[in-house]
Amino acid sequence: MSFAWAKPYEPKTPLSKWVDQRLPLPRLVYGAIGGGYPVPRNLNYFWNFGVLAGLALMIQIVTGIVLAMHYYSYTGGAFDSVERIMRDVNAGWVLRYVHQNGASFFFVVVYIHIFRGLYYGSYKAPREMVWLLGLVIYLLMMATAFMGYVLPWGQMSYWGAQVITGFFSAIPVVGEPLRVFILGGYAPDQAALTRFFSLHYLLPFVIAGVTILKIWALHIPGSSNPTGVDVKDEKDTLPFHPYYTAKDGFGIGVALFLFALFVFFFPYSLGHPDNYIEANPLVTPAHIVPEWYFWPFYAILRAFTVDFILPAKLWGVLAMFGSILLLFFLTWLDRSPIRSTSYRPVYRIFFWILVVDILILGWCGVSPAEQPYIAISQIAAAYYFAHFLIILPLVSKFEKPRPLPNSISESVLHGERKESRPYGLAPSGSTTAPQPAE
Amino acid sequence: MATVEHTPPQTHGEAGDGVRRRDFINIAAVSFAGVGGAVAVAPLLMQAAPSADVLALSSIEVDISKIVPGQGIKTSWRKQPVFIRNLTPAEIQKANEVDVGSLRDPQSLADRTKPGKANWLITLGVCTHLGCVPLGIGEGENRGDYGGYFCPCHGSHYDTAARIRKGPAPKNLHVPDYSFKSDTVVQIG
Repeated sequence: MSFAWAKPYEPKTPLSKWVDQRLPLPRLVYGAIGGGYPVPRNLNYFWNFGVLAGLALMIQIVTGIVLAMHYYSYTGGAFDSVERIMRDVNAGWVLRYVHQNGASFFFVVVYIHIFRGLYYGSYKAPREMVWLLGLVIYLLMMATAFMGYVLPWGQMSYWGAQVITGFFSAIPVVGEPLRVFILGGYAPDQAALTRFFSLHYLLPFVIAGVTILKIWALHIPGSSNPTGVDVKDEKDTLPFHPYYTAKDGFGIGVALFLFALFVFFFPYSLGHPDNYIEANPLVTPAHIVPEWYFWPFYAILRAFTVDFILPAKLWGVLAMFGSILLLFFLTWLDRSPIRSTSYRPVYRIFFWILVVDILILGWCGVSPAEQPYIAISQIAAAYYFAHFLIILPLVSKFEKPRPLPNSISESVLHGERKESRPYGLAPSGSTTAPQPAE
Repeated sequence: MATVEHTPPQTHGEAGDGVRRRDFINIAAVSFAGVGGAVAVAPLLMQAAPSADVLALSSIEVDISKIVPGQGIKTSWRKQPVFIRNLTPAEIQKANEVDVGSLRDPQSLADRTKPGKANWLITLGVCTHLGCVPLGIGEGENRGDYGGYFCPCHGSHYDTAARIRKGPAPKNLHVPDYSFKSDTVVQIG
């Protein structure tokens, strides 16, 4: 951690001294999420979601390992083994509900985390690497979620696999052989199921590894904050522990409460009933839809209906992948020196239009492929790309930002000055150093 | 947030005994999280116990009408071998001649069979030493020094009542719960 006032780790007991000289792991943890990590003092609850994403990943890994003890990655037995987990395995139903809804929980949290990053300019210097690693994690999550969805071998699972691997067949010349190679057959079958299971088990650990890299990259510049103003001195920060451990702890409590509400009362509200029909390679469901977290991308995929130089199918696939890959270049598309959208009056409007646009895309993605949804998704998809490729660069060039606060502590104390200025506080802020909570 | 560290030291109410009101919040919060964590761990452990479909295999019915005296069959119950043996009068007599008190695991043949059915010796085919399947149920197999069962792996000898007589096994072959549904059908489990 780069701030000079970060408190160094001091082992107190003989045992912790002994360990510290041989494997300074407690030192690492202390510096990462303990008192040794100074964090801007003005973080709001949007800064909870990184920790919540880590929690969601741990929930998925733990329940997933246990479910894998009962699951058969065999086309003749996969569906039945999931039913056996629900009926015969002790507490199997709760483990599966947690895992199944946990995927949605993970995506909810990560989407809020991504929107936090978009709004507060977390992709800007010096945190570009944090943003890029986050997108790598997001791509890994999408792959993991897709392959996990295939495993129960229900109708939606099977046809989801058919459709998503069908993307690769859009590639000219090598597409169809590539798809056969990926599936290990001409259609999703035993080979695909086994390799999806193997990779579904592997990728979460890759995600965990990239997460460690991401936290490492984050700790070089330190956390961003709602003003987007850099940390200037010790007054601007608080030690992570106990201030943000307590705040995150409260956020975790609220998040788990909402999660439990879904697990215990609405476990199927985010699923599709067709997945309770065993996979049948000869009958397609009337309406194939992905899980909700892929709806906007699915709408972009289906927005292309006419051949135009390239076949429509290829356009759809390129646009869908492009809509995500675009985010990798965000740092260089947004040239505004101001990080936080709170101080960018014009961009702020376009940011919320983008949020609405993505919600519209999601609505189109879950709707049947017929008019008016096709036309709406075409307009919405066009706007999505226009936002990043045209609006964002232009706005960042011409926008006149609101004045930034001189420092984080000033922005924090500004609100307090309106009150009765308690405890004889000087208007420009106190000079006292932050104390651990007493 | 900003008010926390500007609050003057709160000494009122605590007569300098070092106990802070925040200690209560800390203990309550950590306890609450601890209980919640323990509840969350419960399903992760419960899943490891035998599942409902495994427990459903807990009873079987066996037709014993074809087993003539001196013969035995090996069947399977809860994925474990079960020996059902129709003892000859000589074997019963041999088992009853033994002084029960001198045995490592003192049990009479009557303790190990049903009243009036002393010829039907039903035991698990699992050596009580380390879980091997002893020889002796099949025709022509080595029945050990006492004419019952013999485990060649570690040399345990069982007599005609399947009681341990020699070797490392600590217990007689286990007699499962069973009952006679009729003269020809026995239900195990």
